[in-house]
Amino acid sequence: MDLLAQVFNGLGIGSIYALVALGYSMVYGIVQLINFAHGDIIMVGAYVTYVGLVMAGMPLWAAVLVSILFCGVAGVLIEKLAYSRLLKKGAPRISLLITAIGVSIFLQNLSQLLFSSSAKSMPAMFPNGMLELGALQISSNTILNIVTSIVMMIALQLLVNKTKIGKAMRATSEDAGAAKLMGINTNSTIAFTFGVGSALAAVGAVLYCNTFHQITPYMGGMLGLKAFVAAVLGGIGSIPGAMLGGYILGVAESLTTAAGGSQITDAVVFGILILVLLIKPAGLLGKNVREKV
Amino acid sequence: MKQKKWIPNVIILVLVLALYILLSVLISANIINPYYSGILTMVCINVILAVSLNLATGFLGQLVLGHAGFMSVGAYSAALFTMYSGLPTVVSFPLALLVGGIVAAAFGVIIGVPALRLKGDYLAILTLGFGEIIRVLILAMPFTGGAAGLSGIPLLTTFTYVFIIAIITVAVIFAFIHSRHGRAVIAIREDEIAAEAAGIHTTYYKLLAFVLAAFFAGIAGGLYAHHIGVLDPSKFDFNYSVEILIMVVLGGMGSITGSIVAAIVLTLLPELLRGFSEYRMLIYSVILICVMLFKPSGLLGQHELSLTKILNKFRGKKAETKKEA
Amino acid sequence: MAVLEAKNLGIAFGGLRALQDVQFSIGEKEIIGLIGPNGAGKTTVFNLLTDVYVPTEGTITLENQNIVGKKTYQITQGGISRTFQNIRLFKDISVIDNVKIAMNFQMKYSVLSGIFRLPAYRREEERVDKRAHELLQVFNLDEKSEDLAKNLPYGQQRKLEIARALATNPKVLLLDEPAAGMNPTETKELMETIRLIRDRFGIAILLIEHDMNFVMGICERIYVLDYGKVIAEGNPEEIRNNPRVITAYLGGE
Repeated sequence: MDLLAQVFNGLGIGSIYALVALGYSMVYGIVQLINFAHGDIIMVGAYVTYVGLVMAGMPLWAAVLVSILFCGVAGVLIEKLAYSRLLKKGAPRISLLITAIGVSIFLQNLSQLLFSSSAKSMPAMFPNGMLELGALQISSNTILNIVTSIVMMIALQLLVNKTKIGKAMRATSEDAGAAKLMGINTNSTIAFTFGVGSALAAVGAVLYCNTFHQITPYMGGMLGLKAFVAAVLGGIGSIPGAMLGGYILGVAESLTTAAGGSQITDAVVFGILILVLLIKPAGLLGKNVREKV
Repeated sequence: MKQKKWIPNVIILVLVLALYILLSVLISANIINPYYSGILTMVCINVILAVSLNLATGFLGQLVLGHAGFMSVGAYSAALFTMYSGLPTVVSFPLALLVGGIVAAAFGVIIGVPALRLKGDYLAILTLGFGEIIRVLILAMPFTGGAAGLSGIPLLTTFTYVFIIAIITVAVIFAFIHSRHGRAVIAIREDEIAAEAAGIHTTYYKLLAFVLAAFFAGIAGGLYAHHIGVLDPSKFDFNYSVEILIMVVLGGMGSITGSIVAAIVLTLLPELLRGFSEYRMLIYSVILICVMLFKPSGLLGQHELSLTKILNKFRGKKAETKKEA
Repeated sequence: MAVLEAKNLGIAFGGLRALQDVQFSIGEKEIIGLIGPNGAGKTTVFNLLTDVYVPTEGTITLENQNIVGKKTYQITQGGISRTFQNIRLFKDISVIDNVKIAMNFQMKYSVLSGIFRLPAYRREEERVDKRAHELLQVFNLDEKSEDLAKNLPYGQQRKLEIARALATNPKVLLLDEPAAGMNPTETKELMETIRLIRDRFGIAILLIEHDMNFVMGICERIYVLDYGKVIAEGNPEEIRNNPRVITAYLGGE
C-alpha cells in the first residue's frame, strides 16, 4: 500500500509535468521549436498568481483567471516579438533555440529584479484533506492535480480535433506552406498555439503553487526541463503522449525518492531521457519522421 | 605574383610575443596589480572556453548548453590530481591540466555517443541536462567537498601558463579547422545528409569535434581551479554555460577571432561597468535575442580577422598610389 | 559484367509498398536512364542504393559485394556516389572546399598531423588541391574555385554537385534529375558533359530524368518504373514503342 501511495504521489506531481509538457508538445508540433522559455512561463504564472492572491488580495478564482490570461497573452507576445520574425525567414533551428534561451534568461532575470531572488511562500489555495481508501491515503491535492490534468487534456484534444482553429493548427503543423496556400493564417495560428500552451503552463503553475508553496525566479528551469523530458518520453507532438510522459516521470521520481535516492532524482530523469532517445527516439506515442531527401 | 605565406604568421607570432612580454613586465612591475592580473587570467580562460565551444557550436553546428559542465569536470579532476598526486608542482600541474582535459573529454564521449545520434535540439537538451547532473553528482560525491566546495587547491596558474595555453588552444583549433578533418566538420554543419553522401563518417566527426571541445573546456577548468583555489559546484551552472555561448554567438558562429574578441570584451565589460552585475544577464539576454533577430550568424559571422587580408589591402593601396604617381 | 545489380528490391512505408520486386543491372561504362511518372519510386531507388532508406527485401550488389546494411558514407567510399533532386551543396563554403570534402576519405593524414602541420599534411593537401582544381576545370568552374557555393548561378551549382560526386572516385554515379530547371542550351551542354564524364572517368551512370529528349538522347538502356515496379526495360527505341510505357505515361486502362 505504501508503494501505491507513492505512485499516487508521483501521479500528482506528474500531472504538473504533464500540463507543462502539453505546452512544449503543442509548440514543437507546430513549429518544431523547443521553446526553452516555456518552463519560465510557469514561473511567470506563479508570480502573477502570487501578486494577485497575496499582494492584491484577490479572491482565488480571480487570481487564477488573471494568471491564466496573463500567461496566454505573454505567450503570444513572446512569439510575436522573439520568434515570428525568425520563423517567417525560415531561420536555422540553432538560431531559434538560442533565441528561446535568450527569452528564458530574460524572464528569469526580470522576475529576479522585480521580486528578488529569494523564495516567496505561497499560502495554501485549496483545502487539503486526506482521502482514505482502505489502508491507502491520498491527499485531495493529488486528486485535484490528476483530475485537472485529465480535464485539460480532454479539452485540448477537443480543441485540436473538433474546432476550426484546431484544424488550422493541424494543417499548419503538417505543412505550413500548404496551409498558407489553403487560406489559413498560419501566423495567427502559431501565435494562438503559443497562447494556449502558455495558458496551460499557468494552470500548471497554480497546481505547482498549491503543491509546493514556494516560488523562485528560477523554478521554471528544472521544471521546464523535466516537462520537456516528459514530452519527449511520450512522443513530442502527441497530446496523450505528453500526459503519459508526465505521469511516468512523476512516478519514477517519486519512487526514486521513496527508495532513498532523493539526491539523484534529476539524474534519474535525464537517465530516462537518454534511454528513450537511444531506444525509441520518437517517444512512446510519437510518429517516426525522417527527413525527406 | 607569388605570396610568401609565412610572413603573416611570423608577424602574428611577433605580435603575440610582444603582447606577452608587455603584459608580463607590467604585471611584475605591479603596474597591473594582482586584481587586474586576475582579470587577465579570466580573460584567457574565457578565450579558451569560447574558442573551444565555437568548435562545437559554430563549426559543427551543434548547440551545446553544458560547456561549463565539462569545465567543472576538468576543474575538479585537475585540482584533485595536484592535491593528491604528491608529485612536485612543476610536474604535477601540467599533468593535472592534461588529466582535467582528458577526463572532460571522456565525459564528452559518454554524453556525445548517445546525443550525437540525434538531431540538434536533443543534443542541446542532453548537454544541458548533463551540466545539471554533473553539479548534482559533484555535490553528492564524498571527495569533492560537496556544497562547501573544494578548498586548498594550490594557486599554480600563473599569467604565463594561462596565456601560453590560450595561445596553444587557439592555434590548435585553428589548425584543426583548416585541415581535412575541420573541413569534414564544417560540411556536417552545412548539410549533414550531403556530407554523409560525400563519404564523410559524420558520427565520427561529430564526436571528434564535440570531444575536442570538451577537452579544452576541461583544461580551462583546470586553469580556473588553480587560479581561484576554491571550487564550488554552483559556479559551473547553466548561466556560465550560457555566458560562454553568448561569447560565441556575439563574436560569430564559425569565427575564431570573433570568439576571442567577444571573450575579451565580455570579460572586461562587467569589471569596467560597476553596478552592472545586477543587470548583466538581463542585458545579455536582450543582446542575444537581438543578435539572433538581426544578425543570426553573430557580429563577425564566419569571417576571421585576418592579417593577410589587412596586409593585402595595405599593399594594394600602396601599389595603387605608386601607379598614380 | 554488372557493376551494380539489384535483385527483388522492395520497400514498404507502413502499409504502402513503395517499391516491389525491382530488378536492374548496370554494366561498366553504361549510361542508364530510370524514368517513370511522378511518384513511381525513382528517387526511392536512389535512396535505397545509398542507405537513406533500408530495403525491406532484396539485395544490392556493387561489384558482387552486398551493400545492403552498409552506411551511406561506406557506400560512397565503396563506389556509389549521388546528386540530389534539390541541390544540396555546402552553401557557405568555397567551391573548391566543396570538392575537397568529398575527397576527405581518400586523404591519409591523422588529426595530429593536421594540427601540427606534419609533412603528411602538406603532401596530401597539395595532392588534393591539384586534383580538385583539375576536376573543377572539367566543369569550367576553376575560375570560381574561391567563390562561395551559394553564389554560383543555378546551372553551375548543378555542375558543382556533379563534380563533388565525382570527387569520391565512384564506380557508379547516380544523378537525380540533373537537367531539372535547365534551358535547352544548358541541357545540351549537360548531355555532352555526362558523356565526357563517362569516357574520361570510365564510370557507369544511372540517371533519373523527366526530360525525354535528354533521356532518349543520352541513355543506352532505360528502365521504366510505375507504381513501384519495373514495367519495361530496353534501349530508347524499344521504350518509345512499348505500349505499357505509353499507357503508364498517358493513362488509360
